[in-house]
Amino acid sequence: MNPAARKRENIRTICMFAAMFAALTVVGVIQSWPLALAILNLCLISAVMSLGVNIQWGYAGLVNFGILGFAALGGVTAVLVSVAPVPAAWKAGGAGVIIALSVALTTILTAVFAARRAPAGLPRRLILACVILGGYFLARAFFFPAVEAIEAVDPTKAGFLGGLGLPILLSWIAGGLFAAVVAWVIGKIALGLRADYLAIATLGISEIIIAVLKNEDWLARGVKNVSGLPRPVPYEVDLQQALWFQDWAARLGASPVELSSLFVKLCYAGLFAIVLFVLLWLSERALHSPWGRMMRAIRDNELAASAMGKDVTRRHLQVFVLGSAVVGVAGAMLTTLDGQFTPASYQPLRFTFIIWVMAIVGGSGNNRGAVLGGFVIWFFWVEAEPIGLWVMDLLTSGLSQDSPLRRHLMESAAHMRLMIMGVILLLVLRFSPRGLIPER
Amino acid sequence: MDGFLSALILLSNFVIVPSMAYGSQLAIGALAVTLIYAILRFSDFAQGDTMAFGAMATILLTWVLQYWDVSISPLPTALLALPFGVLCTIVLCLLIDRWVYRFYRRVKAKPEVLMIVSVGVMFVYNSVVRFIIGPGDRWFVDGERFIITAPAFKRLSGLDEGVAFKTTQGLTILTAVIVVAALFWFLNRSRTGKSMRAYSDNEDLALLSGIDPERVVRTTWMIAATLATIAGVLYGLDKSFKPFTYFNLLLPIFAAAIVGGLGNPLGAIAGGFTIAFSEVALTYAYRKFLAYLTPGEWAPQGLVQLLSTDYKFAVSFVILVLVLLLRPTGIFGRRSP
Repeated sequence: MNPAARKRENIRTICMFAAMFAALTVVGVIQSWPLALAILNLCLISAVMSLGVNIQWGYAGLVNFGILGFAALGGVTAVLVSVAPVPAAWKAGGAGVIIALSVALTTILTAVFAARRAPAGLPRRLILACVILGGYFLARAFFFPAVEAIEAVDPTKAGFLGGLGLPILLSWIAGGLFAAVVAWVIGKIALGLRADYLAIATLGISEIIIAVLKNEDWLARGVKNVSGLPRPVPYEVDLQQALWFQDWAARLGASPVELSSLFVKLCYAGLFAIVLFVLLWLSERALHSPWGRMMRAIRDNELAASAMGKDVTRRHLQVFVLGSAVVGVAGAMLTTLDGQFTPASYQPLRFTFIIWVMAIVGGSGNNRGAVLGGFVIWFFWVEAEPIGLWVMDLLTSGLSQDSPLRRHLMESAAHMRLMIMGVILLLVLRFSPRGLIPER
Repeated sequence: MDGFLSALILLSNFVIVPSMAYGSQLAIGALAVTLIYAILRFSDFAQGDTMAFGAMATILLTWVLQYWDVSISPLPTALLALPFGVLCTIVLCLLIDRWVYRFYRRVKAKPEVLMIVSVGVMFVYNSVVRFIIGPGDRWFVDGERFIITAPAFKRLSGLDEGVAFKTTQGLTILTAVIVVAALFWFLNRSRTGKSMRAYSDNEDLALLSGIDPERVVRTTWMIAATLATIAGVLYGLDKSFKPFTYFNLLLPIFAAAIVGGLGNPLGAIAGGFTIAFSEVALTYAYRKFLAYLTPGEWAPQGLVQLLSTDYKFAVSFVILVLVLLLRPTGIFGRRSP
């Protein structure tokens, strides 16, 4: 790209981000500042997730419909890292669970080993069947009594093993690692086959991850949720009592209560922005390195790249793991922001597919585009409801207040969000497949 | 001997009959997925919501008919409304094909792009369904509920256990047989069906022999829409209609299609039944069944359930993974992955 064109593109990018922040400011002025900051925080997290999708789809053309699952893995890591351990539960069943899990792991490893090394044909099948069945029943024998014992420990407050009691910020890294490990397993199975298989396998694993998180109460209390996670930023109450803060509020002429909530949100925004910038910088470096050029060469012509001696499946596995790790980091950040982990809130339509819309609308293959997409789409996702209600109100203004049609339409306005997202996705794919900020 | 018979009947009541019905629904859904894959060469993620749309159209007319007191009792009124639902879905699919998918065929887009496009279509269908009928549970089944109830069966046979055979289950299995027979007759005997198979096998050769690709695509959408509506209505009759459950059917349906080999109609049917039987059999609690087979003091203490019902989706997934690991082309597949 020549310098003039690059300059034009940079100006375009800056203009778009400026417009985005202007829109947030408008929300702050018209609706309220806490709302604007809340949207900004989720925009930042969405941008990180969208970056993860872009790494997989934009760099390598891999379709991962399991964003939800990887985000939830990051979320549960936040719980497992930050919550204080429950010693009574560990005493009751910690050993049993650990034995059961190690039996399960050994079984899988032995089965994989047997499948590779045992003589083919009937003996291999027999050995495999014995290993898997034996391992299953052995693990069960340890698992269920242990789980029962754990869940009986103070069920209203605990009933789970608890976490490690470490600072929650560590979970952002741990969440990424955890998601990466799961992605490696899925990638090993589904990559190197038809592209559709990865999409379907990731969709499947994400549903299973959610099912496990909802039902395994000993792990993170399932649908009973874990709330009150420790925060990386100060609490509003502490701030309101701190002298320096009261002083500050008095000088700005704002009430300490309002200012403290804004301050906490800004702290989160700062932390998220740091993560986003670090990941963005790393992604940009990667994309413009020889590795990034190789990835794009593979994406554009797998056959040619493999003829050049590139191991396509291994590269795909690598990029799939990296992208999933980024999504895992974002998942941990989301749980940190919420201060609680609620597995039931992970809905595929809200999570996975919205993130896809972000990456596509922003510009597949362009990291800055993916970030912008995360901002724009999350903004519209939140603001679509008031806009939809307003439009419905306008459309049905001719009808009387209690007409059933009007009531039905007003109630259904919330479902318009999905319609808007779908139409945006289809329009962008059709008329501007390169997105808001096209790939260089 | 009596115990053995009772155990067998217990198993038919709770495992065999339900999984036959569920398997039929999955098989019809998987047939639609596999046909679209064979002709249009992408995995249609909007499939679940197409089923929901067809079921919704049928439900709306069923309600109207019920309001007018039109009924074909003992059969559910929904059967009368089914052709209308099929028609609506066909129109929808053809319009979407014209407005959305046709462009990507022209530019020869990669299958991955089409897959993402189908997600966009899924969003639209999903919101249309929720907008019109709402996200909650809807019941629309009427007519005779049972072909034979458990007490009646016990009276007739004089055994301790009975088999309850719901009308919807009987209807599902019967419809599946008719649909599959008609589809195979169409694909193997009719001229259009043969041109579809030719197009699926080798696009260029089919074009050279004068097959009109747009006609083939249109026929495919019509058949797929019909299948989706039938599967959706049968599932709704058997369980209940809730838009979100149809999205959740995507995984078992895709697993069924892949188990049999994507693009292979016979495989889709086998896959559907494989998934359904494994799902039901693995999540069934065998305590009573084993109690009948073993002498009193040996009877098992626990539920003897291999997998909790919360994890029934895991069954489809594990089968999917096994197939991907061992035979990526599916048990009947012939094309390379």
